[in-house]
Amino acid sequence: MISRRRLIGGVIGGVLTAMTAQNALAADTIKVGEINSYSKLPAFTVPYRNGWQLALEEINAAGGINGKKIEVISKDDAGKPGEAVTAANELVSKDGVSILMGTFFSHIGLAVSDFSKQKKVVFVAAEPLSDALTGAKGHEYVFRVRPPVIVQAAILADAAAKLPAKRWATIAPNYEYGKSSVEAFKKLLSAKRPDIEWVDEQWPTLFKMDAGSTVQAISRAEPEAIFNVTFGSDLTKFVREGTTRNLFEGRSVVSMLTGEPEYLDAMKEEAPVGWLVTGYPEYSIDTPEHNAFKKSYEAKFNDYPRLGSVVGYSTMKATAAILAHAKSLSAEDLIKAGEGVKFDTPLGEVSFRPGDHQSTMGAYIGTTALKDGKGVMVDWSYKDGGQYLPSIEEIKKQRGM
Amino acid sequence: MDFLFIQFLNGLSSASSLFLVASGLSIIFGVTHITNFAHGAFYMLGAYVAYTLTEAWMGAIGFWGGIIVAAGTVALFGALIEIILLRRIYRSPELFQLLATFGITLIIEDLVIQVWGAEDLLGRRAPGLDGAIDIFGQAFPTYELVLIALGPICLCALWLLFNRTRWGVLVRAATQDRMMVSALGVNQAWLFTGVFTLGVFLAALGGAVQIPRDAVHNAMDLQIIVEAFVIVVIGGFGNVLGAFLASFIIAELNSFGILLFPKISMILMFIVMALVLVVRPYGLLGKAETHARTALGNVVRPLAPLTRKAKNWVLAALLVFLILPIFADDFVLNVGSEILIFALFAASLHLMMGVGGMVSFGHAAYFGLGAYGVALLVKFLNMPMEAAIVIAPLLAIAGAIIFGWFCVRLSGVYLAMLTLAFAQISWSIIFQWDDVTGGDNGLLGIWPSEWASNQQAFYYMTLVIVIAALYAIRRIIFSPFGYTLRGCRDSLLRADAIGIDRLRIQWFGFVLAGSFSGLAGVLYAYLKGSVFPDYISIPLSVDGLVMVLLGGIQTVAGPIIGAGVFKALSTIIISHTEFWKIILGAFIVILVVAFPQGIVGFFLERFGSKEEDIAEEKQ
Repeated sequence: MISRRRLIGGVIGGVLTAMTAQNALAADTIKVGEINSYSKLPAFTVPYRNGWQLALEEINAAGGINGKKIEVISKDDAGKPGEAVTAANELVSKDGVSILMGTFFSHIGLAVSDFSKQKKVVFVAAEPLSDALTGAKGHEYVFRVRPPVIVQAAILADAAAKLPAKRWATIAPNYEYGKSSVEAFKKLLSAKRPDIEWVDEQWPTLFKMDAGSTVQAISRAEPEAIFNVTFGSDLTKFVREGTTRNLFEGRSVVSMLTGEPEYLDAMKEEAPVGWLVTGYPEYSIDTPEHNAFKKSYEAKFNDYPRLGSVVGYSTMKATAAILAHAKSLSAEDLIKAGEGVKFDTPLGEVSFRPGDHQSTMGAYIGTTALKDGKGVMVDWSYKDGGQYLPSIEEIKKQRGM
Repeated sequence: MDFLFIQFLNGLSSASSLFLVASGLSIIFGVTHITNFAHGAFYMLGAYVAYTLTEAWMGAIGFWGGIIVAAGTVALFGALIEIILLRRIYRSPELFQLLATFGITLIIEDLVIQVWGAEDLLGRRAPGLDGAIDIFGQAFPTYELVLIALGPICLCALWLLFNRTRWGVLVRAATQDRMMVSALGVNQAWLFTGVFTLGVFLAALGGAVQIPRDAVHNAMDLQIIVEAFVIVVIGGFGNVLGAFLASFIIAELNSFGILLFPKISMILMFIVMALVLVVRPYGLLGKAETHARTALGNVVRPLAPLTRKAKNWVLAALLVFLILPIFADDFVLNVGSEILIFALFAASLHLMMGVGGMVSFGHAAYFGLGAYGVALLVKFLNMPMEAAIVIAPLLAIAGAIIFGWFCVRLSGVYLAMLTLAFAQISWSIIFQWDDVTGGDNGLLGIWPSEWASNQQAFYYMTLVIVIAALYAIRRIIFSPFGYTLRGCRDSLLRADAIGIDRLRIQWFGFVLAGSFSGLAGVLYAYLKGSVFPDYISIPLSVDGLVMVLLGGIQTVAGPIIGAGVFKALSTIIISHTEFWKIILGAFIVILVVAFPQGIVGFFLERFGSKEEDIAEEKQ
């Protein structure tokens, strides 16, 4: 029998060994701190991690930055903003990283962003979508790679304006992302089409949608088109109930992010058909940079890339580009280097706008279809994010400058 | 009219699903008195196993067979857990059982990801039932009709089981008076195993029948568990018919709520629960327990003031904290400040629970209100830190005054559930009212004043405030008011007999505990620089419970030490592994089974009688 005391001693000893093991790292490297919600959202963050690991391998194989290899110290934030700030603090105070990157959830991205402003450390946000990150709550220390809500909504509103539908209903999860998406979409579409009438709004609780009742409520309003912001298990339920109850028959549906493999693949042969969506058609993009990315990704991980993989890969490349252009590792030099810096992504070259530090990465818009029992995007096109972002004057107004 | 009828049917089909889960939970509690937090995890497991089986087996027989076999398999797994783990803790206080089953939930959540992967799975539709039929010109899914029938069928089957079999009679007898049943020579162990297995079977069945209409994913457990608890509380613990009635009410409320109040449907159910509990403290159809237990078990060792030697040790510990900044780097000081803050949080929870005898599952409410108090003062009034620290806890105090008034009217697990409900209501308001609270994006830029902005100064500020607060809590515990509060906890009848106004005393204790928790939240907001709805959420309340339990609930110093150990361990574990859920879950389970008295309790028990000195053993 192991005594209780020995058991406790063993556990504490093991943890301490693990701690010291990680401290013994190579010296002549540039340290990058990385934080994401790995244990909370593995379906999204593992492809993302694969992405940045692939980019890291390529960068270091090509000689690193000015002869120095990049070393990424990665932390899990358990999906909690408080833990994310602790992790950021550990990375900056203890591990001495020069720059931070990562995060998925908007609120965690904002928490780390605010930390980076207070501690004067540059932070390259990867996946958070909230407009606030580089908009109203933006500041000089934060950069963001993924296109924000406003870009996704604007791309969709552009296409939606060409539809004949006049009576629109919206459905979105009842929290900031859902509300800001609906607000942006309504504003942009109404501006282009003053004849449009908004006949119904549904605000199901995030991941607790009562799908049958919600679908019935929308169909009672008899809209001609529906704007959808739900995702994940809510989306699956909505599509299943909506299909069985004929909600989508003869109606156009415009939907945020639904074309991303992360969401579309989960619905297998029940994926919706004919929806206008933003997403990532990795199976049919044929550009040299994407082909190269896809080939090495599939060779390394034996899996196809998700949108998260693209964002992870691009975030690492963006961080490396900032480091490569900086005269020193001081925050001021990194900011100077980051403004307007161009970097390669699988979607083509993009850059950080000097005015607000938002990247010009865009999104794909297309129509969903079924192919071999799987949802795909067809008739898609790539829209450059730079053309849909708010003007710098607008951003300055949001920031109260 | 047609539309209202269809919406009514939609409500009925949700009611059936809820009923399956809630009835299992209710039966388990009725007989074994276990508040089974893992019920949601069994529901999720049922869905996952059914997914695997229905993918492998074809046709209608394969589908329905798969669902039944899945529920059976998970039920056997549940039985195994009952035999291995729960049998050891039937005599433990409720709180410990709840924590143990919470630990099981954490473990199952991680295991599910390891076995089935992290991505959502799409289950098969029921063969022959994937279409819709026409009701009043609206397409209504045929599968939903099956679900509508399933609820009443299960209710009838349970009624037959409980009223027409010998086993059922024994179960009912045990629900009413399990001491008498055991005195009459019924083997309780197997009766309990049987009931637990039945309850798990119902949960797993409830999960399995979701696969044609929902995605199978790894957050299903938490989605259902809170709702199931609410239903059981409304219906009355242990009452199946009550659970049926409550499922119906909640499901119809959701169904019609989205038409009338689309934006607040989230909190409707908690409002109903609070109302029901105020009018009927044991739920709609529940009865008061015949042998009421205290939520914490019997007090073995009354709290005692410190001995001289112990005082010396406290002074020594203080000295260590004072000179820590000389050796420690910024990160250690940052974690040190966090540990101090959580020590205060845990001590305030202990004041409510250990001293006041009121188990709170929603203590994060006051912590979060304190944090939001600061954030709102900074955002709207741009108030400097020195003033905000004084004023912000008022929001937490206000919350505690209102919630406490309702809560002290109940006792035991009903009280605990009401605290949970209030915490969830506060969370929902903060999460959805984004014009004021920033919603899930939180409020940013709450940093300390210039003089306290370096880590060392902030650490000293935290140290001074926390030590002062902890000293105050100690003084309260050993004041006449503290003794009165402990009297109410230990014997209501005697307290009543000597003319103590129990409600007022407990209410005041509740508010005091809430305000200290709020103060901790205020400091936490300044430590992190931002506030989010997470600071008011269930996981934080559970963390608080684990801290108190880890340190030892029947000691005054325990919660403080428990907070330190827990926070240090979890910071290290989360920083070094993604499997922290399994580790934390296993840790909680081991703790409950092997060290129910906690760290400080353990040392006091072993060495206290000889020397009354905890730390001497270390040398």
